[in-house]
Amino acid sequence: MAEVCLGLALLALTAYAVLGGADLGAGFWDLTAGGDRRGGRVRGMIQRSMSPVWEANHVWLIFLLVVLWTAFPVFFGSIMSTLYVPLFGAALGIIFRGTAFAVRGQAATINEARVFGAVFATSSVLVPFFFGTVVGAIASGQVPVGNALGAPMDSWLNPTSILIGVLAVVSCAYISAVYLAADAAAADLPDMVEAFRRRALGAGVVAGAVAIGGLAVVHSDARSLYDGLTSGGGLVFVIASAVIGVVTLALVWTRRLAVARFTSAAAVVCITVGWAFAQSPDLLPGELTLDEAAAGDATLTALLISVGVGLCVLVPSLVYLYRLVLKGTLQQQFEPLDQRFRPLTASDEPPPTDLPKP
Amino acid sequence: MDATVLLAAATDFTGKFGSPDQGDLVWARETQAMSFIFHIPLVCFGIAFPATVLFMEGLWLRTGDPVYKALAKRWSKVMLILFAVGVVTGTILSFELGLLWPNFMATFGDVFGLAFGLEGFSFFIEAIFIAIYVYGWDRLPAKTHLLVGLPIVITGITGSLTVIAVNGWMNNPVGFDVVNGAVTNVHPWSALFNDYFAHELAHMYMAGYMVVGFTVAGVYAVQWLKGNRSKYVRAGMIVPLTIACLASPVQVILGDWAGRTVADKQPVKLATFEGLAQTTKGAPFHFLGWYDKSDQEVNGAIEIPYLLSILAYHNPDATVQGLDSVPPDDRPGPVNIVRFAFQGMISIGTLLALAGVFYALVWVRKRRLPRTKWFYRLVVVAGPLAIVALICGWVTTEVGRQPWIAYGLMRVEDAVTGAEGLPAVFAVVAAVYLTLAGTVFWLLRRLARRPPDVEVGTPVGAD
Repeated sequence: MAEVCLGLALLALTAYAVLGGADLGAGFWDLTAGGDRRGGRVRGMIQRSMSPVWEANHVWLIFLLVVLWTAFPVFFGSIMSTLYVPLFGAALGIIFRGTAFAVRGQAATINEARVFGAVFATSSVLVPFFFGTVVGAIASGQVPVGNALGAPMDSWLNPTSILIGVLAVVSCAYISAVYLAADAAAADLPDMVEAFRRRALGAGVVAGAVAIGGLAVVHSDARSLYDGLTSGGGLVFVIASAVIGVVTLALVWTRRLAVARFTSAAAVVCITVGWAFAQSPDLLPGELTLDEAAAGDATLTALLISVGVGLCVLVPSLVYLYRLVLKGTLQQQFEPLDQRFRPLTASDEPPPTDLPKP
Repeated sequence: MDATVLLAAATDFTGKFGSPDQGDLVWARETQAMSFIFHIPLVCFGIAFPATVLFMEGLWLRTGDPVYKALAKRWSKVMLILFAVGVVTGTILSFELGLLWPNFMATFGDVFGLAFGLEGFSFFIEAIFIAIYVYGWDRLPAKTHLLVGLPIVITGITGSLTVIAVNGWMNNPVGFDVVNGAVTNVHPWSALFNDYFAHELAHMYMAGYMVVGFTVAGVYAVQWLKGNRSKYVRAGMIVPLTIACLASPVQVILGDWAGRTVADKQPVKLATFEGLAQTTKGAPFHFLGWYDKSDQEVNGAIEIPYLLSILAYHNPDATVQGLDSVPPDDRPGPVNIVRFAFQGMISIGTLLALAGVFYALVWVRKRRLPRTKWFYRLVVVAGPLAIVALICGWVTTEVGRQPWIAYGLMRVEDAVTGAEGLPAVFAVVAAVYLTLAGTVFWLLRRLARRPPDVEVGTPVGAD
């Protein structure tokens, strides 16, 4: 039963990494889009794509926290107390990112849009970096069992953790570019398809290079993690992830963007599962096994029952949301972010006649 | 084994990680308190606002009058902004549970965690349908649009329900046994439906309707006082005001229920509400004044004989347990904070209940709105007052729970993190919340200044 609950946690982690990651990565592209006019279209595309879905995508993180503290309370208490610096940083990033994004949608002048856009974009880059360092600290065995017993800074400011932090930022940017390119294709905006396709290819190559180069870092810095990733089930999934990653690049290259959405998600699934295999049977390497960490059977059963019932409601709701989004029913009309500020009479609320018919 | 020995045995319980070395406990508590104070008014909007918006949309569907649609659409945008801020502040709260109280989570996460799991699902579905609802205006068929609002109403209720269940559990920790210092025999479902669940839930729900009703009505009451009698302002004020005026008298009854449960289950907390040092038969209630720890009495107060016994047991001769019934270490430290919070809550609650009764009486007898300007001036300040009462209520119950994080079992000082830097954390979080509050206020004002015509594309005659 502990394995099933771990599976749930991995599911939540993967969903957050893919869906939440795509939203966080959008911040990276927002940050690097250039000046108002040059970046206006890219930013408009990001605003349009993210608005209806970012809150739902974000809830996967809450779900992950809840599964961890219910099913593996000692694990949760140990990582939260030792890794409080990056986790607090990530939490602050989440506040600023969400609020600034929501506010930018209502901005009335280009200056407001600039300020809130900068906050949104910068914090969107910091969040995956901090979460990446947390994963790195756990995987490289820096977290002992207990209340804040690990090193507050060295546990996450070490080569492996920083590597995974950087990899998280690049991967989010990559997934995000794939998703935005696919959205642009669905919205029939060829210049945006090309803009994000180029970014996806670039970020994909960089992510692959960081991952391969990173193996050398892990080899010297966290030997047991390296061994886990290069043997048995860990190796199988690392190779699978690499293969799927290359396939995704090929799909983006040949403009099969709708399929690339799914393969890029599959690559992330393989990495999280590979990580689980590399650490098996430990949750905190050398400190705490999965069975030691698991809550009692009554709790795990109750958790699985409520998750089962919850999924019966959640899945149809999510399907409904994504269907409406993919059909374009909920999409905001595309508008370069800077454009609505240029003619002074422009309103950010287009009259209903301009809206697409349901 | 007599009762004192049993309590002493229980207080040795320090959880899975043992007692941490933490000199800055107070900053962990203040950080957590500040985060709740910011988040709880948003929860009210999660509980009560969706139903209010849907009611307005229903009026539009029935009458076809664009005024109602303009209001519903405008409010739905406010709802989305407040939900977004609620999402991020709620996320911070879940982080803080682990960052500030790791030993509490490590020890009891498996007991009450389930409730948060259910909350997670509610939150998820709420996020999905709120997006569909707000972005679906004019794009979904009208009736479908109304229907996609229903899940928001339901999940707004179930989400906060489960979190309130956890707070109930902290005050009434059940659903497990402690054997040799370890938590065993966990029954997560009984933990969820603890003895505090029902009254806390009902009390918080009514508070939600009061906060939302008075706050929204207050915005339009300002226009009303300026002489704007348009249908837009009138409808925008009357609908939430009626809801709040119906809720506030009911809240008095629910508050009485909550108070009597506290008297029964947490007599020391009740004694703190009053500053009752000694166990007393026919205990009085002291309004205002200052509880002096060394004298063990309330000085400079207005004494109302027998009132505490009446409030707690509906009997003027009832015996009320005093603070002296437990050792000093087991009493809440800041007695006066709890006293003033309690008195603030019941004073504001009474005032708003009277306002509700007045409004209802005028309506029943004369079939019209009150004419006196003083009533509308009260409505303008009633929203902020209701929020103050809400926060006072939570301060009453949460500071009154001290020094326990799980009542009578685990102390807050044992639950806290062993990490350093808590004062800095407090300073950063305070700065963040101030910025956030300023931004939200600015954004809502901006939204309110736009003419309502933009919501429906036709003039609705707001002026």
